[in-house]
Amino acid sequence: MKTNDSSQFESASLIGNILRKLHVDIPLFLVLTLSCLLSFIILYSASGKNDDVLIRQIVRIGIAFGLMIGLAHINPEQFKRYSTFLYGVGILLLIAVLLVGEIGKGAQRWLDLGFFRFQPSEMIKITTPMMLAWYLSKHHFELKWKQLLIAMGLILTPTLLIAKQPDLGTSLLVASSGVAVLFFAGISWRLIVIIATLIASFIPVLWFYLMHDYQRGRVLTLFNPEADPMGRGYHIIQSKIAIGSGGIYGKGWMGSTQAQLNYLPESSTDFIFAVFAEEFGLAGCLGLLILYLLIIGRCLYIAVQAQNTYCRLLAGSLTFTFFVYVFVNIGMVIGILPVVGVPLPLISYGGTSMVTLLGSFGLLMSIHTHKKFLAH
Amino acid sequence: MSGRYTIRDAIAENRIFFNRVVIIFILIIVSMTGLVVRLVYLQIEGFEYYATLATKNQIRISSIPPMRGVIYDRNGVVLAENRPAYNLKIFPEKVKKNGNLKETLARLQQLLAIPDKKIIDFYKQRKRRKYFETIPFLSNLTEEEVARFAVMRPFFPGVEINVSSTRYYSHGLLTAHVVGYVGRINKKELKSLPFAEYRGTHFVGKVGVEKSYEALLHGKAGYTEEETNAQGRSVNTLRKVDSQSGANLYLTLDIKLQEVAYNALEGYNGAIVAIEIKTGDVLVFTSRPSFDPNLFVNGISTKDYRALQDSEDRPMFNRALRGQYPPGSTIKPFMGLAGLEYGVIKPRESIYCPGYYKLPNVKHRFRDWKRWGHGSTNLKKAITQSCDVYFYSLAMTLGIDRMHSFMSKFGFGQKTGIDLQGEKSGLFPSRAWKKEHKKKVWYPGNSIITGIGQGFTLTTPLQLARATATLANYGKIVNPFLVDRITQSNHTISVFTKPGKASIPLKAKNIDEIIAAMVNVVHGQGGTARRISTGINYQIAGKTGTAQVFTVKQNETYNSHKLKKKLHDHALFISFAPVADPQIAVAVIVENGGHGGSVAAPMAAKVIKKFLADYDPKFKDNNENQ
Repeated sequence: MKTNDSSQFESASLIGNILRKLHVDIPLFLVLTLSCLLSFIILYSASGKNDDVLIRQIVRIGIAFGLMIGLAHINPEQFKRYSTFLYGVGILLLIAVLLVGEIGKGAQRWLDLGFFRFQPSEMIKITTPMMLAWYLSKHHFELKWKQLLIAMGLILTPTLLIAKQPDLGTSLLVASSGVAVLFFAGISWRLIVIIATLIASFIPVLWFYLMHDYQRGRVLTLFNPEADPMGRGYHIIQSKIAIGSGGIYGKGWMGSTQAQLNYLPESSTDFIFAVFAEEFGLAGCLGLLILYLLIIGRCLYIAVQAQNTYCRLLAGSLTFTFFVYVFVNIGMVIGILPVVGVPLPLISYGGTSMVTLLGSFGLLMSIHTHKKFLAH
Repeated sequence: MSGRYTIRDAIAENRIFFNRVVIIFILIIVSMTGLVVRLVYLQIEGFEYYATLATKNQIRISSIPPMRGVIYDRNGVVLAENRPAYNLKIFPEKVKKNGNLKETLARLQQLLAIPDKKIIDFYKQRKRRKYFETIPFLSNLTEEEVARFAVMRPFFPGVEINVSSTRYYSHGLLTAHVVGYVGRINKKELKSLPFAEYRGTHFVGKVGVEKSYEALLHGKAGYTEEETNAQGRSVNTLRKVDSQSGANLYLTLDIKLQEVAYNALEGYNGAIVAIEIKTGDVLVFTSRPSFDPNLFVNGISTKDYRALQDSEDRPMFNRALRGQYPPGSTIKPFMGLAGLEYGVIKPRESIYCPGYYKLPNVKHRFRDWKRWGHGSTNLKKAITQSCDVYFYSLAMTLGIDRMHSFMSKFGFGQKTGIDLQGEKSGLFPSRAWKKEHKKKVWYPGNSIITGIGQGFTLTTPLQLARATATLANYGKIVNPFLVDRITQSNHTISVFTKPGKASIPLKAKNIDEIIAAMVNVVHGQGGTARRISTGINYQIAGKTGTAQVFTVKQNETYNSHKLKKKLHDHALFISFAPVADPQIAVAVIVENGGHGGSVAAPMAAKVIKKFLADYDPKFKDNNENQ
């Protein structure tokens, strides 16, 4: 083994060179690759050794990685220039979805373009923070009421359009990505308190006017899943059994009885964390959380290192959104947040969310690898 | 704006941003810690509890589907029931323990003559399931297959017969258009049905009463919570909440009478509807040709379905509910009544019928069916002999507005509101309707032909029966209803209160005139339906009709007899009896049947005679045994 050390090192640095030329941030690339490998492993088990599912996921991740590297290649100045345009297109597509969208799973989310089906709400997850970062980078030191109101309008428009579909999970993510930009832009604490109060007072409106019955039901189920064990409470009861029975070290890979015996619904998609927790236990969960923390840490580092306001704000917001993703999904699976359809980032089976996620990491890499003056 | 941007600003901004990143990072660490705390709570604190539930003794919640309610006719004859269905299941694990799966399947295939496709499907199923799970292999075995397997059963360890429930319609052909049928739940229905309730249910009402009363018939699902071992095998039942059977429905339909009506239509396409006047009970609801609803229960084969779809006689078409026909002369009694009510005619007043009607200064002649005319004609004669000219003239005097207003009261152009889905409303034209749909003003000529039930007017057999019943009821509106009462575990939980308190304000004297004329149609000199009056000791009031539109498209390859037939008019007849104390109203429509008097009237008579003979022995029918 020892004799091979130097050659291994050489080949590693060769790969490193290539990746650098591709504008890829190596630490981020490594942790992302690691989590995708983890996704394959757990997905194979969660789907009941389904080769098809695994192959499809590999293809999707391949495409998403391609997109990530492609975006990393583009100079962030280009993103900045097209922020308004992309945001506008996103909003128009959202309206189009509401008007002509195809019904999928009871909600209007998809736009059928004939050759492929497209979910505009995914695109808006990236274009909303881009738009806000662009707007606030122009006005960053004069954040007065007028700018604030416009910024709020820019956030609320896509949020409400998506909530109307209805897709509560995504609208939550879009809203938090926008609010994150505001926060990073340095709005005063006084304004933060006011906005928080506004959001809090918006909750009753949301509850009584905007939410559908089934969505209200999900929230109520959170507090008492046993009330309806066959219906709404079923997911959460089964999910808690899966997680709890995993214990400290878990039942081992492929050992999850909950998923294997089909007790746990959506075990490959939104509830995959439960399978993970059952098979790898608390230890595995801590490992996964640390992996997520590494990704978040690297991304925040990229944000701090960024050279202009636009890049900083965008990087900060995308990172925060990624965290919200993780938190909302795990929170719902372990029964402390209501069930909203948000997948576990980088792990869950599913195409569109994977593409947007890795796309946003592409943006982060672009920000980091296109700096005009190298820091060192 | 950006001109004022300085290095100092940049540093300050950098500092603020850095602070915010730190705050966010702290927030993230705190939230993640929250997740970890919860995980510790579930996986360390709750480990014992959840592990008991999951590892040693899993809890499996499975649904107990409710028994679907039974549908009876008014006398308690079963129309739709649940029958056991025999299915063959295979436990691959057990089969393997005692032998070879492939060899067992081969022997089964030989024993029961199973197509190869089933075997391929079986292997596909098996791939998808856990090794210890049972796999459904064959469904709905015939009695013979069950017997053949039962004899050889010791040689097939791991192959078992399991009994489930399936829907059966014992009078399928007779009730297909009323009771309807259930079928497998499709994807679209799955989304709209309550998930928890239908978890173990395979069938849902597709049409007819089965669909209208789905919510009542289905019942309430129960569930069991079972302890299962790590492999998922049931060990012990922890809790059982029984399902609640669906409600049983007693229809107003009389299946014996329905059969009489169905047989009366033999050889024709058409519909018969009979309503009990006092209650609105629908006694007969027949549409012919019909089909076997049992074909649909477990999924109809493409071949059978295509045969039904492609048939020129359209057996799936519910003529009684959705067939829209010109009423022809059957509208005349109502027109006559309108004339009397508005005071534009008097019973003894006569007009001269030369065999045609002409508007002044217009060349066009509206012909009477009797080319040489009826001569001097009053209302009674006009109805008895169905004189067209009398009603052309009456319609002209009344005008479309009064006709529309009066006919609407009798429910023409309106849904009857019967408890079946998909009812058609028919049409009684008005000025406004013509302007909207034909983009033309109303012409006098339109009024004239409306007076004899031609032109735009369309009615359903159900509407005609109801209008006749309302007339016989002296204007008290009869609302047809199909479900009489609902029972749950042998006690009645609901009896439908028959609505129908509403009344059309009419003068009894005028109704008497019309009824007398309708009696004359059956019993009088020159009446168009005279032949049905023989041998009965009570009176029938009726009105014949012929309509000049054919709806059924006929293929050229049909034999000459049929080809001729398609040129025939629709035959119609409305009637009620006994006149002294009206009990039953019957409407008959026979597509391409020719004359109402010779074809449709005898069919109505069969229904009336059978009903009254059963209803009260004092009503005699001397022809009954012929």
